[in-house]
Amino acid sequence: MDLAGISSTLLEAAFFFYLMATFLFGGAIRQKGLRDGEGLNRWGKLGIIVTLIGFAAQLGYFFTRWAAAGHAPVSNLFEFTTFFGMMIVGAFILIFFIYKTAVLGLFALPVALIIIAYASMFPSEISPLIPALQSHWLAIHVTTAAAGQGILGISFIAGMIYLVKNIDQSVSTKKTKWLEAVMFFIVSVVAFILITSGFSLADYKAEFEYIDKEDAAAKQEFTIPALVGPHEGTLLTEGKMEPLADMPAFINAKKLNTVLWSLIGGVILYVLIRVLTRKRVAALLQPFVRNVSSDLLDEIGYRSVLIGFPVFTLGALIFAMIWAQIAWTRFWGWDPKEVWALITFLFYAAFLHLRLSRGWHGEKSAWLAVVGFGIIMFNLVAVNLVIAGLHSYA
Amino acid sequence: MGKVKCECGHVNPNGTVLCESCGRALTEKAKKEKLADMRYEGSARRSQTYNKTIIDKVWNFFSSVKVGIWIIVLLLVAASFGTILPQEFYIPSNVPAETYYEDVYGTFGKIYYMIGFHDLYNSVWFSALIAALGVSLVIASLDRFVPLYRALKNQRVERHESFMKKQRLFAEQKGALHDSEIERVKEELAKKRYKVRVENGALLAEKNRFTRWGPYVNHVGLIIFLFGALLRSVPGMYIDELLWIREGETLQVPGTNGAYYMKNNGFTLENYEAGEDPEVFNEAIDRVGTVAKNYQTDAVLYRDENNELPGAKPDLAKVQEDSIQVNQPMKFDNFAVYQTSFRQNEMKAMQFALTNKETGEEFGEITIDLFDQEKSYELGNGYKVELRGFYPDFDGFSESGEPISKSPLPNNPAFLFNMITPETPEGEMSFAQIQNTMEPLGETKYKMAFKNLETRDVSALTIRKDLTLPILAAGGIIFMIGVIQGSYWNHRRLWIREKDGQIYVAGHTNKNWHGLKREIGSVLDQTFIPVPEDRQKD
Ligand code: HEM
Repeated sequence: MDLAGISSTLLEAAFFFYLMATFLFGGAIRQKGLRDGEGLNRWGKLGIIVTLIGFAAQLGYFFTRWAAAGHAPVSNLFEFTTFFGMMIVGAFILIFFIYKTAVLGLFALPVALIIIAYASMFPSEISPLIPALQSHWLAIHVTTAAAGQGILGISFIAGMIYLVKNIDQSVSTKKTKWLEAVMFFIVSVVAFILITSGFSLADYKAEFEYIDKEDAAAKQEFTIPALVGPHEGTLLTEGKMEPLADMPAFINAKKLNTVLWSLIGGVILYVLIRVLTRKRVAALLQPFVRNVSSDLLDEIGYRSVLIGFPVFTLGALIFAMIWAQIAWTRFWGWDPKEVWALITFLFYAAFLHLRLSRGWHGEKSAWLAVVGFGIIMFNLVAVNLVIAGLHSYA
Repeated sequence: MGKVKCECGHVNPNGTVLCESCGRALTEKAKKEKLADMRYEGSARRSQTYNKTIIDKVWNFFSSVKVGIWIIVLLLVAASFGTILPQEFYIPSNVPAETYYEDVYGTFGKIYYMIGFHDLYNSVWFSALIAALGVSLVIASLDRFVPLYRALKNQRVERHESFMKKQRLFAEQKGALHDSEIERVKEELAKKRYKVRVENGALLAEKNRFTRWGPYVNHVGLIIFLFGALLRSVPGMYIDELLWIREGETLQVPGTNGAYYMKNNGFTLENYEAGEDPEVFNEAIDRVGTVAKNYQTDAVLYRDENNELPGAKPDLAKVQEDSIQVNQPMKFDNFAVYQTSFRQNEMKAMQFALTNKETGEEFGEITIDLFDQEKSYELGNGYKVELRGFYPDFDGFSESGEPISKSPLPNNPAFLFNMITPETPEGEMSFAQIQNTMEPLGETKYKMAFKNLETRDVSALTIRKDLTLPILAAGGIIFMIGVIQGSYWNHRRLWIREKDGQIYVAGHTNKNWHGLKREIGSVLDQTFIPVPEDRQKD
């Protein structure tokens, strides 16, 4: 097997180990003895060991792919998103060794799993670097930024656990609805992964000819059936679904189509869960988090922002500016991706000040952590896919 | 300015809430509180003390963190609006913005343009928000730093028991503190890097006080950064020019006042090739098609030795030679020259042959430099071609039959030739383009047959000087030091004292109480001193 092959095998192995560790952490929290400072039980210890093995496997994926490509594998959406998943696991490991809470793993690892699965929906072949990316700053900037985002991601996990634990599920309130909205979003991502993999297994391909923004004829290939088609599009492949509506030229119909499919799939999956269990998704999760101290969760959330904020600033703003000065002649150009990194920075600055001076602890702080991660995901997904900018894998 | 004297004898500045020295509550409100507000050690902040003059009011407004947070949130929301549609500087430069937004994005685009969001980041109100952030940072930091510094400097080891009772971590117990006990605790604390002071049998252990200055250091870094950004508009600090330079050309470098010249020795564009480049790339190259590998201008930089002499011809001395690539600008004298863009295959020269239409016999070729034409071209033996008209960017004929040139750029050159031969001494007119000749003034015996086209590439280089960079870098570094200083350590304190047969223990940290609890727990575990409990637990 060649290096690239070894690399993908290692990634699959990492995925498998993370999955296994999730179940182990699930076993760990069933027993008592998890209040802060009381140490770990055997399941918890096994869980962290398997997580570490998985992390090592993913590091192996990362460095073998680096060796095969000759450049750091963070140069397209597949590679970046996979790396981001790895950083969430890394950040979890870091925080785990400070606070020794198994329940964190029960939530952090599935999030990392979903992110890695999401990554594999993008073309995953090793691609050569265009001139703008041929720089050591690619590795320095992207890895540091992703590490910062990963650590900030742990505050989202802690915040989610806090909310699942503390929001009263016996009545329907605004809070339960918002929390369900977050759950629905996660379910939609899972639906997206299922739908994309399904049609990819069935080898669905429908080609369209259409008129693009510059009034020129262009072609686009859909890999899932087109609910919405491109601007003045005509279906070229026979026997495939005709779109229900055409989009104007400035909308990328292919991406919108994917979003529509994910939402519809998300609704179906979500309703299915609700109908089958007769419970809110958050209520389903609640029993898993009973044993952990809210106070501890709050501190973990705050601590991960404190650790992640400087790393994020260094990677996503300072290193970014240095590289932009070298590659794009200016350190700052109000490119959408830059702006959203700044927004993330400002948001977490607001978070810290709200906590410090206005006493936004506990639940408020947890909500803020969820919103913050929403901004990070927006920058990863929406800005890359929807708002086109200079960043080459937009 | 009034002063407040505490029962312990310490004189505090007016407005102090908790005595800097012993910690007794000095205001009625503070006396009633269950837990002391320790955020700034209960020190006297200007904003909490004065509210009479306009200056007081402005000061109080900007020193409020609530206001600061509003400014941050407004900035964040405003910034996001600018990403909904592309900003003016990212739209194609050949279309006017007035129509672009409406044409491409419809009514929404029109409104977006009308309210000025197409150039949001340069708007007055956005700049005003940034300025407000700067002012707020300065005032809020000054308002807190000085009193906090005073309070931490003046704190006494022996704290009043009312102060200790109002700490979040607290315990009391009947008993006496023996010196040996104190010694043991002191040793344990020293192992954990606490600085321990013992006075009159009371103990104060403190560590990482420096972390309290973190926010102020990072705010200073931010202010320096904003100041640097402001300096950009000062003349001479910042130069941003674009130089289009053809292969073989030597041009003055704009922005250098004629001190430097640059020669383009050739532009190279390389693509990745499946098969030639590492095999792992084949799949990607096959899927995407062409992937660019390198954009490069081989450039030579010259200095004009006669630049200072008015009216003198340039005297160029070579300074350096460099291959300018993306990510590898050429640097000289505070300037950096970047590979920014290019245009390939611009026409440079054309060759035509004077040809007898019937026999096909050729009587010599002429080469016309599209940037430097001659009036006539001698071919010998009585053959000669005169260039009567040159239309670099030919765009058809006017109503009166005159050829029209759209621009002076040789995009579609056309020529009006007069062909003189021994056979036709009066000359015959031929209108020639690439691969097309016409006879506008009647049929001719000869024609100018197109032979060849010479092309060259044009490279676009950005010339950039930015003297604000060192200031921005300093701001960035100071900011990073500040956030790390403030985030990766906690300021922890532990007070232990005995009074009237009662032992009091109190602990404080500015963040991460779990860590402090564990640490104190492990220190006091083996002693008779009670372990303080968290009184704010859920
Ligand atoms: C983007 C702008 C800003 C950034 C990145 C920033 C960053 C920070 C950070 C990292 C901290 C420490 C927080 C912690 O340790 O939990 C802090 C504290 C603080 N900031 Fe800011 N800040 C900004 C703007 C402001 C503004 C506009 C104000 C004005 C009201 C302000 C006032 C404060 C205060 C009063 C503290 C607490 C100081 C202390 O605890 O002694 N900050 N800031």
